[in-house]
Amino acid sequence: MIILFYLSSGLFLGWSLGANDAANIFGTAVGTKMIRFKTAAITASIFVILGAVIQGAGASNTLGQLGSISTLAAAFTVALSAALTVYWMTRLKLPVSTSQSIVGAIIGWNFYTNNPTDLHTLTKIVTTWISGPILGGISAVLLFMLVKRISKKTKLHLLYRDSFIRYGLLLVGAFGAYSLGANNIANVMGVFTGAVDLPVIDLGFIQFDSTQQLFFIGGIAIAIGIFTYSRHVMATVGNALMPLTSEAAIVVVLSQALVLFIFSSQGLSDAFQSIGLPAIPLVPVSSSQIIIGSIIGIGLYKGGKEIKYNILGSISLGWVATPLIAGILAFFMLFFVNNVFKQDVGGDRVLIGSPEIIVIDSIDSTEYLLLEEFQDTSALQQTDTIYTSALQQLNEEKYAPEKTYSLFFKIMIIVLLITILVLLYYLWNRHQKFRLLKLQIKSVEHKYLLKIENLERSIKDKIHHHDDLGKELKFRQNEMVTMAISIIHKNEFLNDLKSEVAKIKSGAKDYDTRLELNKLSLMITQDLSIDRDREKFQMHISEQNSNFIHRISEAFPSMTGNEKRLAVLLRLNLSSKEIASILNISPKSVEMNRYRLRKKLKVEPKVGLNDFIRGF
Amino acid sequence: MSLLYKNVKQLVFDIDEFIDTVEQGVLVFKEGVTNYINGDKASFADKIERINRLEAVADKLQRKIDDEFYRHSILPQNAGDIESMIDKIDEIIDIAKDNLYQFDDELPYIPNELTNDFIRLTDTSTEAALYLFPAVRTFFREPVKVKEMLSKVYFYEKEADKISRNIKRRLFHEMKDLELSQKMHLRYFALHIETISDKAECLADTLSILALKMSI
Repeated sequence: MIILFYLSSGLFLGWSLGANDAANIFGTAVGTKMIRFKTAAITASIFVILGAVIQGAGASNTLGQLGSISTLAAAFTVALSAALTVYWMTRLKLPVSTSQSIVGAIIGWNFYTNNPTDLHTLTKIVTTWISGPILGGISAVLLFMLVKRISKKTKLHLLYRDSFIRYGLLLVGAFGAYSLGANNIANVMGVFTGAVDLPVIDLGFIQFDSTQQLFFIGGIAIAIGIFTYSRHVMATVGNALMPLTSEAAIVVVLSQALVLFIFSSQGLSDAFQSIGLPAIPLVPVSSSQIIIGSIIGIGLYKGGKEIKYNILGSISLGWVATPLIAGILAFFMLFFVNNVFKQDVGGDRVLIGSPEIIVIDSIDSTEYLLLEEFQDTSALQQTDTIYTSALQQLNEEKYAPEKTYSLFFKIMIIVLLITILVLLYYLWNRHQKFRLLKLQIKSVEHKYLLKIENLERSIKDKIHHHDDLGKELKFRQNEMVTMAISIIHKNEFLNDLKSEVAKIKSGAKDYDTRLELNKLSLMITQDLSIDRDREKFQMHISEQNSNFIHRISEAFPSMTGNEKRLAVLLRLNLSSKEIASILNISPKSVEMNRYRLRKKLKVEPKVGLNDFIRGF
Repeated sequence: MSLLYKNVKQLVFDIDEFIDTVEQGVLVFKEGVTNYINGDKASFADKIERINRLEAVADKLQRKIDDEFYRHSILPQNAGDIESMIDKIDEIIDIAKDNLYQFDDELPYIPNELTNDFIRLTDTSTEAALYLFPAVRTFFREPVKVKEMLSKVYFYEKEADKISRNIKRRLFHEMKDLELSQKMHLRYFALHIETISDKAECLADTLSILALKMSI
């Protein structure tokens, strides 16, 4: 249980690696919906674990050469300081890599425990940090050229190409995940390999040693990171570096996978050596930086217009700032763990409080024996000079490396200060830029608010105008109804008058009177049939309802003029009798016309004709 | 990702069949108009029936293609453009069918002096569409070559414009015997036939932009 507690910092580092670095592999594929997140996450998790267990040892050994952390407390502290550095720098949106962070933390441990840092190993590691992105860029260009040539020659149907790209992205992603597991598991669990010794698990056909078990646990932490958090990163960061086509995405991921594989494959390194080539350094490298190198490579191949060159500066800053911050943090955290929690952090470092002990403790045991031997051989008794000179010589020999060490330490402090100043300047500059950006965003927001205000005002005006138009329309409709009613009244009056005249005519015996009454009846009939008011009214309603007439004519091109007129009158909500009076036809004819119109407009039996027309 | 190779093969087949159907529809339209102008009523009726069938097939295929694109998120970055392109291809057969039906419904009177012009207009307008289909097929296989295949579409579209304008001018300047209503009627029919080449030009524009996007 206590081991699990100590491993927690490494597992946290593994989780953040899974959450962020899986996006480098499947980000574009998931972001562009070529592959579903579930498929990507399952594939990445399986292959990350496989890569970690099968091929993770190589890069881990190199980290061990840099600093062999032998106690659990130290391993926990180193991994925690690396994880906190990654977390803090990610929050500040600074370029960060777990590889660089863990290397810095190990060097911090070296400093704290007075453990000499193997400069050869350090040089090897730093060289791969620089060569990794360059190699990524070169391989990306070569692969991109190859893919272009193949796609030109094959003339595949777009859909077949799409299908192949999907499978390609999945395969390359699986390879990328395997290589990520193989190379980067050292960052997660590498520091624990010297401190934890688990019993070998024998499954009969295969055995898992302590390191492989640790890597398996680390692999699971990465997988959890992929499942729990990488979805968000994939969706948002998918195309953040540069918009990539699907083919370019395959190339970039493949190039990253190849570089990670090269720097983690013991077999490949052995093969190189067997043909007389130098061994490949097996070093954990930053997958993000290889991706950036690959994208820049493709960008340069395309003409270099799309590249944001300031990203190169960010990578360089990451090379210096990340290990430095992690190193300093590890140093102070180790001090804290060592002196507050009284935990053994390995190396020669013991608790603060007795300088003599430190001096004695720091003397190499062989040197101490030599001193005793020297004292025993009576040289001390014989001459003080010999003793003094011997002691002086011994002291010189003993403190000579310390002098060099102190010089190195001074230089390091100066470099550290300069770097911190540069970093502070960078942060300040970044802060200023953010401030400016915020101001710009505010001004844009203000502009948009003004626009919205204007739009709202214009909408209000439109609504007002619409209301006015509605009122006018209502007024016009009322006008028409009034006009129709006056026509109806007039016609009714004329009809009454006509029947009265007919009555008088039937009772009149005088020939002249009958003739005059006949004339009067004819005049009334003429007035009823050629009614100017009615014509005027019909023109008026046609004009007022021109849009409605147009709409209904478009929908039912076979409608006749009379039917359109009837539709307009129905729209005014006039009864059949009233319509009959306006059109000077019998109400029965109006009913028949209504029936025909209903059939022509295909009005359903449940729906009223008036409602249908008014809703048109 | 559930799109298997077998489904891709079927979808490629459906797209090819869709383009073939629309192409046949344009050919049927061309023959149909010629039949109408020549007074061959039986053949014209047959063309109406055929174009109706072809349009229904094209609609069914279009829906199927749309469904497949959405269901399997095929070509996710370009799916919207491709679907709108397929929509525009379908519009061509829709217009061809509508136009042929308009001939059947409205029975426009085409005077002898204008028959050749109308036949030429139909040939040229449909030619623009017919030159478009090979470009559409090429788009799916070699987008880089699409642009050079579209020059004939633009050429025939312009020719169709000229012929149509010429018909309208002759109608209103030379044909004194025709009623204004007849002139107006024929003017609209010239416009209807010309719409085929207009749609082809619009699709050619979309296609060239899309091909450029795909080849970057």
